[in-house]
Amino acid sequence: MADIPLDRVAETATTEVEDLALRHPHGWVTRYVFSQDAKTIAIQYTATALAVGFVALFLSWLMRLQLGFPGTFAFIDAAAYYQIITMHGMMMIVYVLTAVLLGGFGNYLIPLMVGARDMVFPFANMLSYWFYLLAVIILLASFFAPGGPTGAGWTLYPPQAILSGTPGQESGIILMLVSLIVFIAGFTMGGLNYVVTVLQGRTRGMTLMRMPLTVWGIFTASVMALLAFPALFVACVMLLFDKLLGTSFFMPSLVELGSRLEYGGGSPILFQHLFWFFGHPEVYIVALPAFGIVSDLIATHARRNIFGYRMMVWAILAIGALSFIVWAHHMYVSGMNPWFGFFFATTTLIIAVPTAIKVYNWILTLWRGDIHLTVPMLFALGFIVTFVNGGLSGLFLGNVVVDVPLSDTMFVVAHFHMVMGIAPVLVIFGAIYHWYPKVTGRMMNDALGKLHFWVTFVGTYAIFFPMHYLGLLGVPRRYHEMGEASFFPPSAQMLNAYITIVALVVGAAQLVFLFNLLWSIRHGREAGGNPWRATSLEWQTPQTPPPHGNWGKERPTVYRWAYDYNVPGVAQDFIPQNMPPEAVALGPRLATGGVP
Amino acid sequence: MDTAFTEHRTREPAGGLATIVDDFSADQRAFRNVSWGKAMMWIFLLSDTFIFGTFLIGYMAARMSTTEPWPNASEVFALEIAGRHLPLILIAIMTFVLISSSGTMAMAVNCGYRRQRRATAALLVATAILGATFVGMQAFEWTKLIGEGVRPWGNPWGAAQFGSAFFMITGFHGTHVTIGVIFLLAIARKVIRGDFDHGRPGFFTGRRGRYEAVEIMGLYWHFVDLVWVFIFAFFYLW
Repeated sequence: MADIPLDRVAETATTEVEDLALRHPHGWVTRYVFSQDAKTIAIQYTATALAVGFVALFLSWLMRLQLGFPGTFAFIDAAAYYQIITMHGMMMIVYVLTAVLLGGFGNYLIPLMVGARDMVFPFANMLSYWFYLLAVIILLASFFAPGGPTGAGWTLYPPQAILSGTPGQESGIILMLVSLIVFIAGFTMGGLNYVVTVLQGRTRGMTLMRMPLTVWGIFTASVMALLAFPALFVACVMLLFDKLLGTSFFMPSLVELGSRLEYGGGSPILFQHLFWFFGHPEVYIVALPAFGIVSDLIATHARRNIFGYRMMVWAILAIGALSFIVWAHHMYVSGMNPWFGFFFATTTLIIAVPTAIKVYNWILTLWRGDIHLTVPMLFALGFIVTFVNGGLSGLFLGNVVVDVPLSDTMFVVAHFHMVMGIAPVLVIFGAIYHWYPKVTGRMMNDALGKLHFWVTFVGTYAIFFPMHYLGLLGVPRRYHEMGEASFFPPSAQMLNAYITIVALVVGAAQLVFLFNLLWSIRHGREAGGNPWRATSLEWQTPQTPPPHGNWGKERPTVYRWAYDYNVPGVAQDFIPQNMPPEAVALGPRLATGGVP
Repeated sequence: MDTAFTEHRTREPAGGLATIVDDFSADQRAFRNVSWGKAMMWIFLLSDTFIFGTFLIGYMAARMSTTEPWPNASEVFALEIAGRHLPLILIAIMTFVLISSSGTMAMAVNCGYRRQRRATAALLVATAILGATFVGMQAFEWTKLIGEGVRPWGNPWGAAQFGSAFFMITGFHGTHVTIGVIFLLAIARKVIRGDFDHGRPGFFTGRRGRYEAVEIMGLYWHFVDLVWVFIFAFFYLW
């Protein structure tokens, strides 16, 4: 065959992209409902996820009321308790944290931070949100289904997940599995957009090694999600078949209520492997965007360049890669060849190395920085301590011999709430306070923000620190009441009651945040385009909030990395990424800090 | 290149790993000359590889952990044709048909880049017909096995997981082929209508079509073929 004149990819001249490629809204419906603008989709994602988050928060109240005052609330029996913990866990991890960090912040920040006009495939991006909403509706529908939602625990382990002793086995478990499958399909469409936009859609001058760490975190997490969710997808399909068709992928021979079931020959451990092959990367799918965001918050509010930028990037990538080979540390008590336990304990502890690099670099960024204790900064600092605390208890649980006695105690609950519950949630709050001015053009109220921070931060410590102690006493998790055992002192129950009261207060404090969020849309102080005097591109848009297409006629050109704060010999204390070198004013530092 | 863009690289070239990193992380695009659509398809296929990979690993784990004997695939999938007993004959034909469809697909991509509108459309339709034939033969195979008493929850010859894995994996692959056939026909329609010659915007996306869409379609189609090779090896031959 002769030479083929390749139909060259129509390379769009990136500095002047014609606006035609974007689908502009024609009316209310295409502007606010079926919008293809990544920023609108981001707000839809965040709003939906926050709504789910408040449902899940309410569930945690119910759980705490039962644990703190067992027997007082008649409607929370053992079955209801299991349903509550299951829905709380699954909602928070998948439908809140993943959705806010990737669907919300990913959609809002990636195109703006890399200087793109939008995601590369806005239509698929829009579908991603509607699939997510459908998944949420299916999940919430299980509250109204016969038998109620599933009470299998968020890990959904078979065989109990689909047997008749488990609450919600009539329809709750089916709705849960279908909802997860829909969520994964929807996420895939969004995730492909995030990854391709970062790889192929950047503006002129924006090399990968000049991207803000937020983008690095979300990008790596998206890649991981695209590789980890398939395992959950397959596990859900197989479990659904076990439930609906009577296959025995995960079901061994069983006797239930005196009669032998039709199942036989399946492997429950296989489900655990598939689940945790998703489940452990999921921890870092939530953590890596938080790492990235917190790096940017700290650099901006401490007016210092991030320490060791390249190492930070490599640490993110190393954590992402390592997190795929540690999954069985969730299964030390499931029965495993001891050599596997040795392997997985080793890899688990190795992850501490890149993680420690990140923590040291955050501290070194703060070192002698010009720290402004703004609300986002408070949340970022709160994250660092909380994450270090949660990480240290992770070292206990990562070692087989220490883990075995602590397994399935409140110690585990305390550990994962500190490390992947509270820590990322603090970052989400900090990020909302930080980017709210860009989204709405107005600042959130500072006093309410500080009140929200201190109650949340101190309160979560008051909740979860004592839980470590309860765990060391041997109080089991997932029991709807502690019961009486010779090894608990009577004070353990008092501690439980105390935790419950704090949890109610901390939960109520989130209403302050909700009020602030809604009130400030109209009544907040006018923010201007760049209230934090930040360098990264999203603060340099011609209009705030940015319109569809983000950049007006011309996309920005990037000349430097995102961390030029307090550069010696430069008049202003920050240099935006898109400021040409010849425009940078030299000379003594301006008293205003360089606000132009 | 403008010096302003290279201020990060004014140091001496470091060589080795650092150069690789610099090249890969270079301006605007990590993969030069790869369009957004093609990059997205590649990454989707990577994700889909993990789905099929997990399906196959799950099948192998179930096969190894079950206590019942595994049915002999070459006998189960044998046919009597003209009085002769031919093991795996239908699967062999199906495999041949699917691999052939990859051939017509590749030719369609070639004709697309030559802007031969009719030939491209014809080859796409031929690919779709071969794909539909494959799905049809799979339906025949399912019917035959169901007639012999194979169910997802059991079969006459041994481990119940045989039927479970069979229906799940071939069903999931067949769904991929069916979706591929639908998209092949949709793209053939766009080609014959001249959408790619005139850059007509898509109905849903508003993006201007290019003949590259044929190649992206081809990536998906070849992937589905490749997956079948693995299913053939691990399910039918093992």
